[in-house]
Order: sequence, then C-alpha cells, then structure tokens
Amino acid sequence: MSSPDTPPKLYAAREPIFPRRVEGSYRTMKWWLLGAMLAIYYITPWLRWDRGPEMPDQAVLLDLANRRFFFFMIEIWPHEFYFVAGLLIMAGIGLFLFTSALGRVWCGYACPQTVWTDLFILVERWIEGDRNARLRLHRKKWDGEKIRKYGLKWVVWALIGLATGGAWVFYFTDAPTLARDLVTLQAHPIAWITIAILTATTFFFGGFFREQICIYACPWPRIQAAMMDEDTLTISYRDWRGEPRGKLRKGQTAPEGTQGDCIDCMACVNVCPMGIDIRDGQQMECITCGLCIDACNDVMDRIGKPRDLIGYLALSDETRERAGEPQLPAWKHVFRPRTVLYTVIWAGIGIGLIAALFLRSDIDMSVSPIRNPTHVVLADGSVRNAYDVSIRNMHGSPREFRIELSDGAPFELELQGIAGQTLTVPADTQHSQRVYLTAPAGSEEALVQSTPARLWVVETAGNERIHTDTVFNGRTQ
Amino acid sequence: MSDKTPEDKVRPPERQYPDPRAKLKQEPPTTGHSWDGIEEYDNPMPRWWLWTFYATIAWAVVYWILYPAWPMVSGATQGVLGYSSRGEVADEIAEFEERNLAFFERLNETELDDIRDDSELQSFAVNAGASVFRAQCSQCHGTGGAGVQAAGYPNLLNDEWLWGGTMEDIHLTIRYGIRNEDYADARWSQMPAFGQDGLLDEEEIDQVVHYVLQMSGQDHDAELAEAGFEVYDWNCASCHGVDGEGDYFQGAPALNTAIWLYGGDYDTLWESVYYSRFGIMPGFADRLRDAEIRAVAAYVHQLGGGQ
Repeated sequence: MSSPDTPPKLYAAREPIFPRRVEGSYRTMKWWLLGAMLAIYYITPWLRWDRGPEMPDQAVLLDLANRRFFFFMIEIWPHEFYFVAGLLIMAGIGLFLFTSALGRVWCGYACPQTVWTDLFILVERWIEGDRNARLRLHRKKWDGEKIRKYGLKWVVWALIGLATGGAWVFYFTDAPTLARDLVTLQAHPIAWITIAILTATTFFFGGFFREQICIYACPWPRIQAAMMDEDTLTISYRDWRGEPRGKLRKGQTAPEGTQGDCIDCMACVNVCPMGIDIRDGQQMECITCGLCIDACNDVMDRIGKPRDLIGYLALSDETRERAGEPQLPAWKHVFRPRTVLYTVIWAGIGIGLIAALFLRSDIDMSVSPIRNPTHVVLADGSVRNAYDVSIRNMHGSPREFRIELSDGAPFELELQGIAGQTLTVPADTQHSQRVYLTAPAGSEEALVQSTPARLWVVETAGNERIHTDTVFNGRTQ
Repeated sequence: MSDKTPEDKVRPPERQYPDPRAKLKQEPPTTGHSWDGIEEYDNPMPRWWLWTFYATIAWAVVYWILYPAWPMVSGATQGVLGYSSRGEVADEIAEFEERNLAFFERLNETELDDIRDDSELQSFAVNAGASVFRAQCSQCHGTGGAGVQAAGYPNLLNDEWLWGGTMEDIHLTIRYGIRNEDYADARWSQMPAFGQDGLLDEEEIDQVVHYVLQMSGQDHDAELAEAGFEVYDWNCASCHGVDGEGDYFQGAPALNTAIWLYGGDYDTLWESVYYSRFGIMPGFADRLRDAEIRAVAAYVHQLGGGQ
C-alpha cells in the first residue's frame, strides 16, 4: 500500500456492507427486542396518568419549561436532581455489570444505533432483496430500477426518521396537544427544528453511517475493553475446532485430522452488520449481535457437524477447551466477585433511591437570610433581620401554610405584605416570602453578634411541619 | 454436546495452519516519519471525515457572506443579513419594552396607594423598581438600601423617614429630589450652622448636645443636659419638635430615636450642631419615566419601612 514511489493514500472510502438475511435463535430474540424497544419508545408519551386537575396527565413527561420531570406516580423537582444523578450512576454501573459479564451486550441488542440500523436493513431487504440482489443493485449503473428502488428505500427511511424525531418531541410536552399543533402546522418552531434534526440524524446514522458510528464516533467500544476480562462471555470462534478451515463438497468428507469444522463458507462474514470476520478473533468492531452464531449453526446443522463453532464463550474457556476440558457453565463465568460487587453497588444505589423516594416530604423549605445589610435598627432601638423563606408545595393542590418560630423564641415574627402568619401556596409551586424577625431593644439578641433561630413551616390542614435553622444578627457596634 | 469431544481436538503442536490472528498481528505500514524513534502509523482515515472537513469550509464561506466576518481597515464586512449583536440586544430590549407597555400604563393609571392591592401590578412594580434602584439609587443608598451613615445617605429599610414614608412622600422625593436647584418642587430646608455662624457659643453647643443625648436615651451629663433644654427649646424645637420627634415637612430628623442620619455619638452631634448638615439628592423627574419613578417608589416602600 505504501512504497517509496507511490505516496500513501491518506483517506479510505467506506466499504459498503450488505448483511445477508439469517434465521436463528439470536435473530428471533433480536426481532422481539427490536419490537419491544420501538414499542416502548413510540407508545410511552401517549400513556396517561391522572394527577389531579391542575397537573399534567402525561405519564412520562420532561417538562423543561417548568423544570419538572414526571414519571407515572413520581414527580421530580429541580432540587431533587440527585434522583436523576442516581439513575445515571445506576445506568453506568449497570453497563459495567453487563459488559464485564456478557461483553458488549448493550451494543448488540439494545443500543438505538443497532436497533434502528436493524430496522433500516429490514426495509432495505424488503425493497431490494437479500444480500446478492443488493450487491447487484449497488454495482449497477443508475437506471430506472435503481432509481425506483433506492428512491423508495430513502423515502421509507425518511418516514421512519420522521416518526423517530416526531416521537421524541412528545416526551417534552403534552403529546395530544403537540400532535394536534403539528397536524395543523401551529407547533412551536423548536418542535419542528428538533424533529428535523432527529429525522436527519436517524436517516443518515441508520441508513448510511451504520457501523461507522460504532467504530469512529462512539466512545463506548474503547472503554469496554477495560471492563472485559478472561471470564467475560463474548462471541468467539473456536479456532481449535474450526482450523485448518477448508472447502467441502456436498457428500464429501475430508480425511480425519486434515481439516477442521470450518468449511470457509463465509456465512458468518456475510451476515455481519459490522463487516468483519469473527474468525480473526476478538476485535473492536464486533458489537456481539449474535448473527454469526445463527449463521454458523445453520451451516453446521446442514453439514452434520456439532453447533457452536461460533458461540458465546469466555477467554478462559478457550485455553480450557484447548487443554481438553469442557467449557465452564455460563453462570460460573457470570457469578464472580467483580460482577457481584457491581450488582451490590447497583442494587444499593437503587434501594437508596427508592427509600429516598418514599421518605421525601411533600413540602420543602429553604431560608436565605438577607445579608445586605445584616440587620436593621428600628426607631425604638429594636433590631430587625429579614429572611426570604422559600416554600415548595409539591402537592397537586393548593395548600395553606403557617410560618412559625420555635416556642419561646425571643423574636417577633412578621410576614411582609401579609397580616398574620398564614399564606397559601398554589399547587406544585415554589413560593418565596419575605419574613422579618425583630428582637426587642436592649435584649441580648439585639446586642450580640448572632443568635441561632429556627423557622418552621406548618401545613395548617395537615400535621406536616418542617424547619430550617438560621441565625439572627444583632447590632455589634 | 458433540460427537467430537474436546479430548479429540487437542491441537497437536506440529500441525501448522495459517494463524487466524495474523491479520491483527501484522503491523500497519508507517509513514516513514520518525522523531526520537517515535514513528507514525499510516492508518488511512475514513474518507467521510475529509468530506466533513470540506463541508465546514463551505459552511464558513456561506457564513462570511451572511454575517459580519472579515476585519477591514476600518470596521468589518457587514454580511448580507445585516446582523449585529448590538442590534440583537436592541431588538430584545424593544420586545420587552413592548411587553411591559401595558404594565407601565397600568402603573401610571393606578393611584399610588392602590398599587400594592393589585398583586400582579405590585410584583411588576417591585421588580421594575428594583432594577431602576440598582442603576440609579444604589450608588448612595447601597444595593441593599441600607445607606451609608458616615456620608449621611439614609437607610431606607428602617421605620424612620426624613421627609415621610408614605407612597406619596417617597414618590415626591424621588421625583424632585432634595435641596437641588434643578426642580422648584425639590424638598428644601436648611439647618443653621449654629457654631460657625456664631448663633451659639461652644458652651451652649456642649449643653444642647448633652440634652439630645438624654433625649435619645444615651449616656449624658445630667447637669449640662438640663441647661441644654433651654438652648434646645429656643433654637431647635421649632423644627425638631418639642420632644425631638422631628418634622417630615421640613425634613427635620427625629432626635429621640435610635436612628441617626450621620451618627448619634457626642462628637458627631457636636459637629452637626456647629457646622450644620446639607444632604442633597437629585430629582429624577427628567431622568426616568413617570412609571419608573412610581415603580421605584413601590420598591422602596416595601423594603421594610413604608408607611
């Protein structure tokens, strides 16, 4: 490729991949997973959940405008973002767990890039036929048939992309309302722009970039190498059994000991969506989709050889099998200190989050003392401090609250603009109230630099009460 | 599992076949560059990266045409869209001005004392007033409204006022200011410089200062204070009141409270009597719109001392 005479080529064109159709247990499982995941994605925003008349009734809603996240009976406020952080940590550790146990199982079965690419290849196959027909069409000069088939394929891809982007925006606002606005062309430009961007990315990522996203764009394949060890179950070719590979004619058998089980039929290569040869060993491009297992098992059945020439096995199995020992059962690979530790951490965070969810109060307060100035001297010599008390009413209905001091506190409490100590906070709202505390002239609190003070917020109709500690500043000069 | 048990398939070491990993073990060619023994692999990069690079160049050219881009001797190329970031800010300001227009009109039409009964209008007035206050008033009165005692800038948070603390009073003070020549309606009064102008001798000043200390409940000399009563009654009571309660109509501060404009200790009081004080404040009638002045009044009124 590079010699002193010819300058090296610096840019390599993508080699198109035309995966052949394959049937088998992994393919069947992948069809079910694909259906389930697409169904979850498209149906979720349309599920309803009654939260009362003043609240949105969408079961899953990321209300960015009002800073709320709704998930069925759960409502997350911005100050509870640790729930989201906890879920992200769980997702991260869950990926560690699955990768250390089952390799790139996320990439092969659940990653949207894989799922949508699978869907796009399905469309391609419906319109153009299987691998050979697609190859023929690809090599053909542009003519009526190619224009018609490619055009139809691109239109269907674009429609899938449109549906993908179209479904995405429903997660962020009331789906039926937005759907009506989209149909009547009254939707907000942001919705259109989002749909346009996601339609384009789906179209190009699923239709044209495909495996290049995994190889060049995604950081995950690089990180995963660090999480796999010799006990990780991953897709491998048993070269001790397959080699030396050789062609085999129908009804012919190679002399014993001269040829392995691999008949070099290229079935595993032809079905691979990543365009690699699994027989070359572990490689970064492999997303462990399992299609080569299906393809090879099919061939092994037909030539009457045992299955699993290509199969899920761990690196440690290979040396074990070479030494003549049987493969360890899968659970022994999966159940090891590393995965147990990941599971324990994962479950611990999960239990912690669920506990926090049930323990959290439906009212919440915070107090910010006004520090500019720290205190105000009144005409009669008394000293006054001001505080902004924030009350969050996380109920679905308006509630009345009373702001109180602890019993026997040496201060006088006053709410700005309100006679008395009660105020009503509307449903699902945060309300800020300026509160004044006054220490009488000559009292100790008025003269010392600071005195602890405790403010209470009491729900008048219920018996929920919460408090926050703050300080009262006296005149120091 | 199979008719071929693994025992049958132990690889004999002498059996040779192509190493399946040979392709991976093979070193890619190098570019021939070598720096301190570090060589560079010649792995070609995907061609679409190159196309992406070209696309960014094309994007840049489009950008040059549409937006201000190239610096010239004076100024820069303007771009055919006529965009400028200043223009964008001006547009945004105009947009908000228009949105606030209805509120400003409502502010102008509502009686000063009725503003706080309209919670929506009050909320608007307080927020608008706060931003005007920060720009126009905070230089003297402080961002928190606490004033600066050493300079005689009054604290707006407490319950004592020089010229009155009702909405009407505050509004009038902001509109025309205090002791300025710009407005005929400006608040105006002047305390004589009793010492400097020879109206009182130093002994009498000493006495009256002790009387004021007594009046405000501070440490004082009872004998001097008793003598000071007469001095006070003759010279000060007409403005500051018989009991030192002050007078809003003349901007005369109360002397019987814990609040002092310049300070309530002996030295500061002596200085105030000897040299007098002459605090001024500009009027804002010509600088701010009527609605803005009303908004600042509403803001100041709710800071904690409004009457």
